Order: sequence, then C-alpha cells, then structure tokens
Amino acid sequence: MGPITRAADVTGVGTLPHVSLQALGHRFPDGTEAIAEVDLTIERGEFVAILGPSGCGKSTLLRLIAGLLVASSGSVAVDGLAADLAHRRRDELAYVFQDPTLLPWRSVHDNVALPLQLRDRPAGEIGDEVDRALQLVGLGEFALHYPAQLSGGMRMRVSLARALVTRPGLLLMDEPFGALDEITRQHLNQELMDLWARDRWTGLFVTHNVYEAVFLSSRLLVMTARPGRLLTELPVPFSYPRGPSIRATAEFARIAAAATGALAALET
Amino acid sequence: MTFFGLLLATWHLAVSWSGVPPYLLPGPLRVATAIGANFGKLVDAVLLTATGALAGFLLSCVVGIATGLLFSQSRVIERSLYPYAIFLQTVPIVAIAPLIILWIGYGLQGVVAVAFIISLFPMVANTTTGTTSLRPDLVDLFRLNNASRWQMLVKLRLPHAVPNILTGARVSSGLSVIGAIVGEFFAGYGTEDFGLGYLIIQANGQAKTDLLFAAILFSTLLGLAIFTVVGVLNTILLRRWGDSPR
Repeated sequence: MGPITRAADVTGVGTLPHVSLQALGHRFPDGTEAIAEVDLTIERGEFVAILGPSGCGKSTLLRLIAGLLVASSGSVAVDGLAADLAHRRRDELAYVFQDPTLLPWRSVHDNVALPLQLRDRPAGEIGDEVDRALQLVGLGEFALHYPAQLSGGMRMRVSLARALVTRPGLLLMDEPFGALDEITRQHLNQELMDLWARDRWTGLFVTHNVYEAVFLSSRLLVMTARPGRLLTELPVPFSYPRGPSIRATAEFARIAAAATGALAALET
Repeated sequence: MTFFGLLLATWHLAVSWSGVPPYLLPGPLRVATAIGANFGKLVDAVLLTATGALAGFLLSCVVGIATGLLFSQSRVIERSLYPYAIFLQTVPIVAIAPLIILWIGYGLQGVVAVAFIISLFPMVANTTTGTTSLRPDLVDLFRLNNASRWQMLVKLRLPHAVPNILTGARVSSGLSVIGAIVGEFFAGYGTEDFGLGYLIIQANGQAKTDLLFAAILFSTLLGLAIFTVVGVLNTILLRRWGDSPR
C-alpha cells in the first residue's frame, strides 16, 4: 500500500468528516435514476441510519460510498479521499450485505479469516484476529461449523464477525437483519449496539424497519424513492449504550411515529 | 433381484420354446457358458478398455477444467472459443473416430483420444457455468477486499464451481467408456491385446452372438463401475458444499 496523501494528514484526523457526500447522483446505464442530489456528512464515530422504502436506492448509496460503483454526478469522499481512491485503503471499510454472503465450502473460522487471507496477513495473526472477532459475536464455539449447520441469525453473526475482523473504521450495513425474525433481529440490534459502543467505529446502517433505525442510530435519515433523495433528518437523542428499556419510552414511540409518518407521506 | 431372476427365466423360456437360432438371440445359459469359456479374455478386455476410458476421462478433466477457468477470465475468450467447444459436443463421435485414429495412431493412444474428445465438452461447459454464475454479492465481497484476479480465481471461482465440475465429471465418466469402445471399433489392437470394442466387432463378425452378449454385459458393468466410483467421490466431496445457501 503506497503512501496516500490526504487532507487529514495536514489538518489532523478528526477535523474532517469521515464520509462526505455532495450533490451525489447516480443513473444506471439503462437510464434509471437511482439516487439524486444526496448531501450527507457523517462524522467519525457516528452511527447513522438511513430509512427508506425498498427500491429507494439505499443500496446504491452504500455501494457508491464503498467505491463499488462510480457516481455519475456529485462526489463521494471517505476520509477526504475520493471514493475511487478510497478503494486503495479498503482496510478502513467493511460492508455487511443483506444476505450473510458466506462461502458454503468454508468453515465459520475460514469464512471470517477470508478478508485477512486476501490481505496476505501472516497465519498467526489471522488466527488471533479471527478468534477475537468470533468472540465479539459470541460464536467462539462454532468456529469449525459450516454455514449450512447454522441458523439464519448465526450466519448473520458470522457475516458481522467477518466485517469486524479487519478492525474497520467505517462499517456499511445494507439491511443486514432484514431477513430475520423480529426476536432475532432485536437480539442482533442489541449486540451490534454493544459492539459499536465498545469500539466506536463509524456506522452507516440502511434499513426499512423504523424501530431498528431508531434503536441503533444517533441520527436517522428518511429517504424517498425513485430517485432516492434524503427527505428528513430526525435526531435520536438517547444516550449510549442503549438497552432494551428505551424501546418502551414515550420518546422512542414519538421518534418512531415521526419516521413512520415521513415514510407514509412518501407512499401517497 | 427377484425381477432380475424373473427376467432371466423369461428370457430362457422364450428362447428355448420359440426356437430362435442362438446366433440371433442366445439364451442366458449360452451367454453364461461363453462368459465362462472366455473369462480371462473378457477381464483383459475390460481392463484395457477401462485404461483407455480412464485416461481419456482424466485428460478431459484436466483440459476441461483449465479451459473453463480460462473462459471465466474473459467474456471475449469465452465468446470466441465456446462455439468450438460446442462443435465437440455436436459432431457424431462415430463419424470422426476413424479420422482421429488416422491422425493420432492405432492402439491405446487413439482410443484415449476418442474417449477424451467425447468427454471433454461436459467438463468445459460445467466448469464455465460454475466459475461464472457467481452471485454479485460474492464478487463485491472480494472486490471490497481488493482481491487480485488470482485470488478471485483460486478462492472464489474454482471452489464455487466444484459442484458443477462434479456434475460434469459424472456425465463425462460415462461418456468416456462409450468413447473408448467406439475408439476400439476402429483402433483395434494387436491380436494379443484387445479391448471390449474390438471384442464386440470380432464376436459380431464371427456370429458369436453369445460372446457378443457377454462383451456387451461387461461393457455395461464397466460403465456402471466407473459411474459408481465417480458418484461416490461426488457425494464425499459435495458433503462440505451441502445444499447451504450461497
């Protein structure tokens, strides 16, 4: 990895937003406009949720930030670097997909080891880091299992461990718990919350579930569909770490109702 | 087993009552006698044919997998070479076998070549499918981790294609036996060594229909044996791939 000069080196890390989107738009080759004029700044260590109906371009937004897509207009900067340069330092960034996206021929341990193997890290280091990541998600005892032997919730935990194994500074999550039942989803929300409170990476979490968005984020953005634009921003003033008790508060209900209202307004 | 016994009994009764001449349809006892009288010859023929089939099959595995991996690297290569692979599939093997023998030579190498050509296409086609039909998420995962082309091939495409490759191997292993026997129709061997194909032609030419039946039976058993071995390998290897979601 060559030396990469960036603004942060001059001004000092922390003064620069971690993610900065300016007038970001994307149009697919077939002419579909996925997102338009998205302006968003995410500070280091923030946990931001983006809430929107399916097909509103949430995934496209994450893919643009990850550098998997090149924006057709506007700009994406991660740590002050344009997204097309940011791909050189993807160590900083991890992505959790909607599906666990595990390799069925690899054990849990080997699935989590994949990102480090692709970076040609020494075997000893890989072993330690994988053990640490599996401990974080409570799967230490399942290292030798295969994905087919695990429940949906456990597979998602493996996927989360694989994202955390590189100690990323920025975690992009694309409806990771969308396919899980409500109980498992709430469990994993709590675990994710605890993990974030521990290490305070920057989190960007995309979902269509209002309660999940309110529970996790310090800031909640509602996105419109076709093309996706950021419509409303709702602050979520609960302090961290958060526990299940906040779900029962009037404040929680108020924010959830406001977000639901904003979503419902989109439908009409 | 009961069914097989009934079949043999019916066959025996039908032949002995109808008076069909044995050169048209020998009874099971005649065939059994022919097997007994020619057992050494039959076993040698099976072994020789098996050698040709297996060599052709293994060659088709190596070349087929390599070609499939090459196709996975570039759409342009795939598009321009795939038609030739299809040609291998569509050309009638019986029609080109004499030509292949003429070019490659008589004896084992000719038999191997025919077995190889007939069993190549399933390996190419299945490897290509397995290495290219990746879920976009999986490709993204590797891209996000800055995986090189080589890492992508070795850690994603090839293992992802294992179930497809095994499916291809099952089809190809059966075809390789057919290829070897067809090859032997034309390639022959000396009068000392010969495979099942040569034995079939010879028995047919001399109207030794009982021996012909015996040779056909041993050909079937050989195909079944190879198919079973590959099938068992399949099951063992696939256990890890399971039917888990990709």
